[in-house]
Amino acid sequence: MLNRFFIFLFLIQSFVFAQDIPQKPNPPRFVNDLVGGLLSQGEINQLEQKLKAYYDSTSTQVVIVIVKSVQPYDISEYAVKLGREWGVGQKGKNNGVVFLWAPGDRKIFIATGYGAEGGLTDAYSKRIIEQVVKPNFKQLRYYQGLDEATNSIIKYLSGEFDADPAEEGDLGDVIFAIIFFIIIGLIILYVIGKMSGGSKGGGNRGGGFVPYTTYTGWGSSSGGWSSGGGSSGGGFDFGGGSFGGGGAGGDY
Amino acid sequence: MNKSTLIIVGILLIFGMYGCSSYNGLVGKDQDVKGKWANVQTQYQRRSDLIPNLVNTVKGAADFEKSTLTAVIQARASATAVNIKADDLTPANIQKFQAAQDQLSGALSRLLVSVEKYPDLKANQNFLELQSQLEGTENRIAVARNDFNTSVQTYNSSALAFPTVIFAKIFGFAEKGFFQASDSAQAAPSVKF
Repeated sequence: MLNRFFIFLFLIQSFVFAQDIPQKPNPPRFVNDLVGGLLSQGEINQLEQKLKAYYDSTSTQVVIVIVKSVQPYDISEYAVKLGREWGVGQKGKNNGVVFLWAPGDRKIFIATGYGAEGGLTDAYSKRIIEQVVKPNFKQLRYYQGLDEATNSIIKYLSGEFDADPAEEGDLGDVIFAIIFFIIIGLIILYVIGKMSGGSKGGGNRGGGFVPYTTYTGWGSSSGGWSSGGGSSGGGFDFGGGSFGGGGAGGDY
Repeated sequence: MNKSTLIIVGILLIFGMYGCSSYNGLVGKDQDVKGKWANVQTQYQRRSDLIPNLVNTVKGAADFEKSTLTAVIQARASATAVNIKADDLTPANIQKFQAAQDQLSGALSRLLVSVEKYPDLKANQNFLELQSQLEGTENRIAVARNDFNTSVQTYNSSALAFPTVIFAKIFGFAEKGFFQASDSAQAAPSVKF
């Protein structure tokens, strides 16, 4: 009995140590060239910007990962592991797509998260690999291959997901709070102004005093809001989406 | 009420609390295994749902050798006949299930190999789509089986380890079976273009 337990422990341990999936990039990026030299920095930035824009409008995360080799794994297994470990896609929606390219093995795989399988079916993934990626990669046009492939992925996925409404809700709440506090502030200032005006007499009523303070109040709060918006729009994070083995691959 | 009764009561209390927590732990792990098993079955079901379509496409597109097709149809029938309840995941049952499904995998891979001889079929768009769906399903089966094995590992290592094993025996949590990597599983349908 105990023996068996140790065998299990050993199995679990060896399972953990056998994983050589690359670490999640920090800060997270959509284009992860872990080989280098296949794409220029400008090309990487262009792809990154396109995928970032797509993520911003739909919350779908399409991630390109280039690793030297996926040995000893099967490429589909590797892609699923990587997608799960990084958590590509939103939790609950599972709308992540991993485009895995292993130049050392001359293999490509498009892995779709559980939620992306509906739009980007295995047959479509296969079609993208066969008709878009392979012809380009065979002629060493790597950037064109990736660019067109991501365009096709986006085309098939379009309409499946919308941007996270929670973010808009947050922004709405912030604006509402600001307006609320301005109104409260105005009322308080008005009351104070009235009281002080009443005690000091009619000549120096708070008339000039009230707009002046509201003006500074508005200025400072709007400044706070814009800086907050800037910082939240700067980065993104992998959301914890999961993968179930959907997608298709091929060699070139 | 003397000291020794108090000690005995205390020990019984600790024992009972420990029993409760290990029982709850086992229930949670058992449920997890059952959920993973449902997913395994779903993926195998998905594959067997694809087969009639595949057979019809192959039959319609070319004058295909009958024996390969009947082998697939028969293997599918015997694979769907083996149905294992989530409460009954003993090692022997899992082995039976796997044997039936592996037989179907073998028949399918033979079918896909013999398709190589029919260029019309290989160019048939319908067939190509089915092929990619079949490939995707094989990948999903692999993932579901892997998840199931991991879950069984967690369950077994607490159901068989001391001291949880005492409570596992009392409450009837038996050892569960794994999927083994077998030779025929290695020969799962692979598609060359």
